Amino acid sequence: MNQETIQLHINGKKFQIETEPNRLLLDVLRQDLGLTGTKRGCDDSSCGACTVLIDGEPQMSCLMLAVCYQDCEITTIEGVATLRGKDNELDPLQQGFVVEGGAQCGYCTPGMILTAKHLLAQNPDPTEDEINQALSGNLCRCTGYTQILASVRRAIELLRDPAWRDQEAQSR
Amino acid sequence: MSLDPALVPNSRNGSNSSLVGARIPMVDSVDKVTGAGKYTDDLTLPGTLVGKILHSPHAHARILSIDASAAERLPGVHAVVTGRETPVRYGILPVGHDETIFATGKVRYIGDNVAGVAAESESVAEQALRLIKVVYEVLPAYFDPEKSMQAETNLIHDDKPQNIEKEYHHHFGNVEAGFAEADYIRDDRFECAEVTHAALEPHSTLAKFDPDGSVTVWSSTQVPYYLMRTLAATLKLSEEKVRVIKPLVGGGFGGKSEVIPLELAAAVLARKAGTPVKITYTREEVFYAHRGRPRQIVELKTGVKRDGKITAVEARIVQDGGAYCSYGVVTILYSGQLLNAMYDIPNVKFDGYRVLTNKPACGAMRGHGTVNSRFAFETQLNMIAEVLGIDPAEIRRRNLLRPPCVTVNGLRVLSYGYPECLEKVVERSGWKRKYGKLPYGKGIGLAGSHYVSGAANAIVRAEMPHTTVDISIDRSGMVTIYTGAAEIGQGSDTMQVQVVAAELGIGLDRVKIVAADTARTPVDLGSYSSRVTFMAGNAAIAAAREAKKQILAAAARKLDTTPENLALEGERITCRDPAWRDLSLSFAETAALAVGSDEALRASGSYSPPASAQGGKYKGAGVGPSPAYSYSAQTAEVTVDPETGEVKVDRVIAAHDCGKAINPLAVEGQVQGSVWMGLGQAVQEEMVWQGGRLMNPGLLEYRSASTLESPPIETIIVESNDPEGPFGAKEAGEGSLAATIPAVVQAIHDAVGVWITSLPVTPEKVLRALEEKRRREELSY
Repeated sequence: MNQETIQLHINGKKFQIETEPNRLLLDVLRQDLGLTGTKRGCDDSSCGACTVLIDGEPQMSCLMLAVCYQDCEITTIEGVATLRGKDNELDPLQQGFVVEGGAQCGYCTPGMILTAKHLLAQNPDPTEDEINQALSGNLCRCTGYTQILASVRRAIELLRDPAWRDQEAQSR
Repeated sequence: MSLDPALVPNSRNGSNSSLVGARIPMVDSVDKVTGAGKYTDDLTLPGTLVGKILHSPHAHARILSIDASAAERLPGVHAVVTGRETPVRYGILPVGHDETIFATGKVRYIGDNVAGVAAESESVAEQALRLIKVVYEVLPAYFDPEKSMQAETNLIHDDKPQNIEKEYHHHFGNVEAGFAEADYIRDDRFECAEVTHAALEPHSTLAKFDPDGSVTVWSSTQVPYYLMRTLAATLKLSEEKVRVIKPLVGGGFGGKSEVIPLELAAAVLARKAGTPVKITYTREEVFYAHRGRPRQIVELKTGVKRDGKITAVEARIVQDGGAYCSYGVVTILYSGQLLNAMYDIPNVKFDGYRVLTNKPACGAMRGHGTVNSRFAFETQLNMIAEVLGIDPAEIRRRNLLRPPCVTVNGLRVLSYGYPECLEKVVERSGWKRKYGKLPYGKGIGLAGSHYVSGAANAIVRAEMPHTTVDISIDRSGMVTIYTGAAEIGQGSDTMQVQVVAAELGIGLDRVKIVAADTARTPVDLGSYSSRVTFMAGNAAIAAAREAKKQILAAAARKLDTTPENLALEGERITCRDPAWRDLSLSFAETAALAVGSDEALRASGSYSPPASAQGGKYKGAGVGPSPAYSYSAQTAEVTVDPETGEVKVDRVIAAHDCGKAINPLAVEGQVQGSVWMGLGQAVQEEMVWQGGRLMNPGLLEYRSASTLESPPIETIIVESNDPEGPFGAKEAGEGSLAATIPAVVQAIHDAVGVWITSLPVTPEKVLRALEEKRRREELSY
C-alpha cells in the first residue's frame, strides 16, 4: 500500500509521519510515535484500554484510522499531566488513582483516566450512577471497580479545591 | 512528575510503627497513571520482527506433513519454525512434561501450536501463516470429561490410559464410621463451568539473541525463574545463557503463572532469524492460551449430627483438564486437600480425577483448585443448615477448628481469624434482621473460604530457599532491594519497599527496588499461590535486619557504645539511654561509615517454610500444606426477578483474615478484586465450547462485568497476627474469591426458594428451577 504523509495534533504538539492509510490510530500512536501509554487490550472495542480523547471526547483508537483524525486535537495519557498549567503536576484524576489504589496492574488505567477526564469536564459533580455509566465502556479485571470509583471521587474532591480551580483558569 | 506529598502517608521519616499498616500507594503507580510505565508490548528493539503462530484448526489430529517452503520464500519472512526443530518436552510440573513448543506428530486442541513465523510486518507474517501447508488426519476427539474417561482408543496422550492425567484416592479417618454416626446425610452433584483469567494485558514476549548465543527475554510472566529454566531446557542452553526480564505485567490471576507457548516461540524464532522477535497474542489467542479454571463436577456427601456437627465428608471430583497437564495434578489435589483446614472434619474421603480432553489446557487460576470445591461444600452446608433449622452462621460456629492444630490430612493451622470474620459480616450485614425475612425476590446469603499463603513445598524439589532478597546500601544511604519476586499489579514491589523501610526505620523514598530480572536478582519462585507477601516479605525483613545489624555496629563504633544501646528510627540512630539522648547520627552518615572502603553495604535474607508446615508423607501430601492460611467470610445480597430469572447482586461484605494488613489499601484492593472475580464466576462468566471451538473468545462475549454490573464491595480486615508471617501477615489476593459464589447462591435461595447447583447462575437456570419448584408444589397439593 502507498505511503501517505499525515499530520496529527497530539497533546499540543504537531507530528508529521509517513504511513499507509489503513493504519489504526492505536498502532500509529504506539508503534510510530512511541506513545505506548495507550494500550491494546482486545481487538474489537470491547475493553476501552485504547481510549484517547478526540477534541475532548473519549474514543477507542483501535477502531479509528489515523488518517481520518488529522484535523482533530488528540489527547493521550501522556498529555494529561502536562495539560495543567503548573510544571509536570499530576492531574487530579492521576493523583486520585495513585492514592486510592485505582491502578493495580495499571493496564486499563490510561483509558479509565481519559474517560473520567471527559466526564468531569462535562459534569464536575457526577452522581455514583453517572460515574458508573461513564466508565462502563472501560473494563478492569483487577479492582472490581471499587477503588476506581474511590479514585474518581478523590479527584472530584481535589478539583473542588480552589487552588486547582485557579490553575485551571490560568491554563486556559 | 510530582505527587502532592500530603496525599501520601509516611513517605518520609518512616518509622517501624507508622509504615506497617499505612495506606501506601503502589510504588509504580505514578508510572501507571502517566503512561510512562512499560509493559512488554511497549518495548521494541531495532530490527524487531513480528512473530505469529499457526494454530491447529482441528481438536485432535495427526500431522501427516508440513510444507513451509512457500512461507519461507515469501519476501519479508525471516524465519519459519515447526515442531521438527522443537522436540524438547516441557511443562510446569516435573510430572507433566507433555508439551513441545510446536506440535510434534499430533495436535490436541483447536488452537494448538503448529508453526511459527517471524516477518517484517504483521500482514506479511499472517500471509506467511496462510502459505504453510499442513496435511492432517483428523482423529476422534473428546470434549466431555466423563466420556473421555471411558476412552480406549485414540488416546490424547499415549501414556495416559482412559485419558486420565492423574487420579488420587485419599481417605483420612473413617468415613463409613462417620456416616454411620450421622443423623442427617446429604448427597448433591455440583457443576462449575470453565472460566478464564482474561487479564487485560494480552500475553507478550520479546526475545533477543546476542552473538555469544545468550538470549534475553522480556515477557509478561508471573514466573520469571521458571521461564528462564524452561527456555534453557527447550532451547538447549545453559541457564547462565538465559536472562528473563519481567517488565510491568497487566494482570495475571494465574494465567501467566506457567510458561505460555509464545514465550518459547519468540525465542526460537529470534534465534533462527538472528534478530529480535516479538509476539503479542490477539485477544482470541489469549482465550485459547487459557490455563484457566477447569470445568469441575463435584459429587459431595456430607454427614452431620442433629446439632450440625460434621461427622464425615466424601467427595468425588472430576476436572475437565484440557489437552495438556499444565498445573492439573496440583489443581486436582488442591480440590480435595483444601476441603480441610477450614472446619473441624474428622473423616474425609476424596476421589479426584484429572481428565484430558481435546480443549486448551486448564491450569492455575486465582483460588487455584479450591474455588469449585468450596462452592460445593459451602452450598451443601447451607442446604444442611436449612433442613436442620440452624442459622448458617451458627452451623459454621459449631464446626470451627481449634488451632493450633493439624488437620486429618496433615495441614498445620496456627492463626485462624475465621470466627472473627463470621461475627464481623453477621454484624455489618444486619444478617439476623435479614436472613429469611426479606420480601420475595430479595435475599441474603453467607459463606466462607480460605487459601494458602504460598505452598510449603516447591514445584521444583531443589535444595534452595523458596525466595531470597538482597539489599545494598550505598554511602549516601540509598537502599536498593534486589528481588526475584514478580510484581503483577498485586503490590509485590510496594510490599517489599514498605517492609524494608519499616525495618530500617527510614522513609519510602530512600528505598529503590530492582525486581524480576534473572541476571540481576536472586531466585524467587514466582507470583502464584499467594506466596509473595509471606515468603518474599519474610526474606526482605531478614535482609533488612541483617543490614540494620551492620548499620548499628558502625554507629556503635562511632559513638563508642554497643549496638544494643542504639535505636534506628525516623532515619536517625539514637542512644536508648536517656542520658545520651542528644548523641545521634543520621542514617545517611552512618551508612557511609558502615560502607567504609567497600562499594556498598550488602545484606541478604531468605525464606523457606518450616518442616512443621510441610504436611504428611502420603502420595499427594505435598499439595495443600502452607505455612499459613487466610480466611474469609462473606455475605451477599441479591435481587432476583422471578419473571426473567435475572439475578442482580446488590451488595457484598467480605471480612478477610490476612493476618496483618501491612498495607490496608492493597489488601482492600486484593479482596475486592477477588470478590469481583468470584461474582463473575457466580453469575456471568463461562467459556462456551462447541466441538472444541470456543464460542465466546472476546471480552464482551465472555461477559466480563463492567461498572454497571459490579456492586459495591465492602471489606473488613481481620488481623489474626500469624506467628510466622511478616509482621504477622498472610495472603490477601485469592482467599476471598471462593466464598463469594456460595454466598450469592444462598442469597438466591433466600430470595426465591431454589438452590442452583450449576455455575454460572444464568437466568435460564433460575427460571427452570422456579418452574420445577412450581410443578413440585402443584403435585403436592
